[in-house]
Amino acid sequence: MRSIINGFRELIQYPSAVVGLVMVLGLVTISIYTIITIPYSQAIRLWRSGEDQWYRNPKYAMPVWTNWFRAQKLPETIAINADEHPEYKIIETNANGSSSINFEFPFEYNFDTFPDELTIFFTSSFKEKAPFVAVSLITPDERQIRLMNFSITTKGSYRISQDKNLEKKLGGKPPQQSLFTVPKSDPAQVLKGKYLLQIEGATFEPGSDINAEFVAYGQLSGWAGTDHLRRDLMIALLWGTPVALAFGLLAAVGTSLTQMIIAATSTWFGGWIDQLIQRVTEINLVLPFLPILIMIGVFYSRSIFVILGAVIILSIFGAGIKTYRAVFMQTKESPYIEAARAYGASNTRIIFSYMIPRIIPMLIPQFIVLIPSFVFLEASLAVLGLGDPTLPTWGKIIDDARANGALFQGWYYWVLEPSALLMITGLAFSMLGFALDRVFNPRLRSQ
Amino acid sequence: MTEANLSLPLGAGLQEEKKAKAGSSAFVRVAKYTGVRILSLSITVLIGLYLTIIIANMGGYVDVIRRAQIREDVMQRMANNPALRIMDPEVKRAKIDEIIAIQEQRYGMDRPFITRSATYLTNAVTLDLGYALKMNSNSGSKSVRNILLERLPPTLLLFASSDIILFFLALFFALVLSRQYGSISDKILITLTPLSSAPGWFYGIFLILIFASVFKILPFGGMVDAPPPPSLILYIVSLFKHMILPVLAMTLSQIFLQVFSWRTFFLIYSSEDYVDMAKAKGLTSREIERKYILRPTLPTIITSFALLLIVTWTGAPILETIFNWPGLGRTLFQAVGFFDTPVIIGETVIYSYLLALTVFLLDFIYALVDPRVKIGGEKSGT
Repeated sequence: MRSIINGFRELIQYPSAVVGLVMVLGLVTISIYTIITIPYSQAIRLWRSGEDQWYRNPKYAMPVWTNWFRAQKLPETIAINADEHPEYKIIETNANGSSSINFEFPFEYNFDTFPDELTIFFTSSFKEKAPFVAVSLITPDERQIRLMNFSITTKGSYRISQDKNLEKKLGGKPPQQSLFTVPKSDPAQVLKGKYLLQIEGATFEPGSDINAEFVAYGQLSGWAGTDHLRRDLMIALLWGTPVALAFGLLAAVGTSLTQMIIAATSTWFGGWIDQLIQRVTEINLVLPFLPILIMIGVFYSRSIFVILGAVIILSIFGAGIKTYRAVFMQTKESPYIEAARAYGASNTRIIFSYMIPRIIPMLIPQFIVLIPSFVFLEASLAVLGLGDPTLPTWGKIIDDARANGALFQGWYYWVLEPSALLMITGLAFSMLGFALDRVFNPRLRSQ
Repeated sequence: MTEANLSLPLGAGLQEEKKAKAGSSAFVRVAKYTGVRILSLSITVLIGLYLTIIIANMGGYVDVIRRAQIREDVMQRMANNPALRIMDPEVKRAKIDEIIAIQEQRYGMDRPFITRSATYLTNAVTLDLGYALKMNSNSGSKSVRNILLERLPPTLLLFASSDIILFFLALFFALVLSRQYGSISDKILITLTPLSSAPGWFYGIFLILIFASVFKILPFGGMVDAPPPPSLILYIVSLFKHMILPVLAMTLSQIFLQVFSWRTFFLIYSSEDYVDMAKAKGLTSREIERKYILRPTLPTIITSFALLLIVTWTGAPILETIFNWPGLGRTLFQAVGFFDTPVIIGETVIYSYLLALTVFLLDFIYALVDPRVKIGGEKSGT
């Protein structure tokens, strides 16, 4: 106990160890926070549900905070739903059962660039005759622009930005731009101020109703941005943390413990057992690790647990055995082992109680340095398209970004966010590990 | 070869007498050592390949695919045969089943797995890897062997050049820094060492982002410009331009740790008594470095380099995919996408060969530089 406290005291004298420790603690905190606030089932549901869940988010939107570093402020998404604002919905019922339902959605537009897309989502209830709506926009300079008249089905949407007729009528530019332009300005300037979207609806049956929601998609969304399916990247970034940490930790524990036990057995018994284990290690060295993992991923299962198991099994006879063996060779000759043998301690007792505890200090730094390599392995598999199909992970974001050409299109945030987290994880554990190595193995420190 | 060995300076003065005795038999010893290593590595590769086959065949997955492939082939042939089109459906079905049974027997599907696995193993050893389901080589062949052999040269080119660059750069910096222990550059190196925890492809993404997306001075990926330049010189220039980023990515991901660990080796060895003695004799520091520090550490350095090479081989599929390099690794990635089983298994087989060849090559160099092998004293510790 005392030695651990002393070791810790020595450790915090290394600035890199302190930084590493802080980063590791930060990652652990994020993991715990994530698991508590977004339970597993909810995360999976959010990540795997399509447009239904995310229709209010723009595609390929950058994080909100990027506006802080920009002179020209990019727009955020404006979404107005009549359910949330009943005051915007005016109903007048006529004697014959028909009614006129008008929506007036006021919104302020004070950004320097145009919105990405404009869409109105409708829902309606009717028996035989579908309701009819007329949509128009009143600009801050009091012009009224008629957009479209049409009858609506039970569930539908009017994508203003894809309306080719409107585009022609407004002069050939995409509607989301020409609707928000100062008239006759060149280059096109954004007309800032209060807009009013009017939807004049008419129903033709008693009990028939209309509901509308207007979304002006911006170019920014959330603290992490969105991907090609309008999903908020934050969920994958947050949930990637516990997944990466757990995978790295379990794989590192699994491989270093088994390797150590095998190395101890090999050196203690010597003779043909040692020879056999040495040969098996050499065979394992020639086995192509990643192609076999890919084979397992393709043929059997992409579940993260199967891959974890395969990683551990393939690493049991890894190169680490040679390192441990060299240390055990020295330990085997120590007087205290001889004493144990003299009083008749069993082989298992000597291996597990005397030899292995002896090299634990040496193991800890190695084990911590191992963690990032497994975190990156999991990301590597995801980049190859062999990640766990259900889990949102960092590697998967990179894979999606790569597949959608994020680097070519300039959506750098999409690649940089998961990469930054991977880098932080890698740096945190290896900085801590290298410092621990110098504390626990003073032989290296003198150099 | 023997002359070359003997012209290399041998360790400390003690070994000088032994050298004369060793002389003629050094070649025999190196040859014998190499022979033993070839034999043991061949057995290792055989076992490795067999394990690969068993993993690929576990649960009979490969068999299912093969059966489906046979059925598909037969159905296709029957459908294309106009003479059979008017045949009674019942009779036709019976005939199809019969042909499938004959075909399965021809491929040995009726024998138990153990005997079949022996056939698979011989096929794998001779690189007779069957036919791809969907992919084909640039020359249009569907044979997995042709596909893989066509993609092998780009992979070898990329990895050999970056490994050689990495080796000499790391050796150079390690020697320089071991001379300046405790200096600022040494401290910077120690601070940078944790950067080696990220694999090459990870740096690849950043390099593409910086040099291809933002500054637009180097290509995003691929091996040569499209269309390929007509003259050889322009072709080489274009190839070189495309190689810069992947080589840089691999070097960045490995060099800091490698320099750090080799520097530590050199430091340990430079505190030996015989180095002090050489200093006392008044030898130049360059001579001390070459004869008394580099020479005894070379075997250890080569062993650690062998492990490094295996790591870089393992990362190859992703690095090549990120850089769109038309090598073995990207083929593996494409095969995963197409679910092309024969190609995936073939890739695994050829990677085992490459790993074994790497280990062998380094063993051979080890035999050349390790005085223990040549002088035949203590057996080397592999």
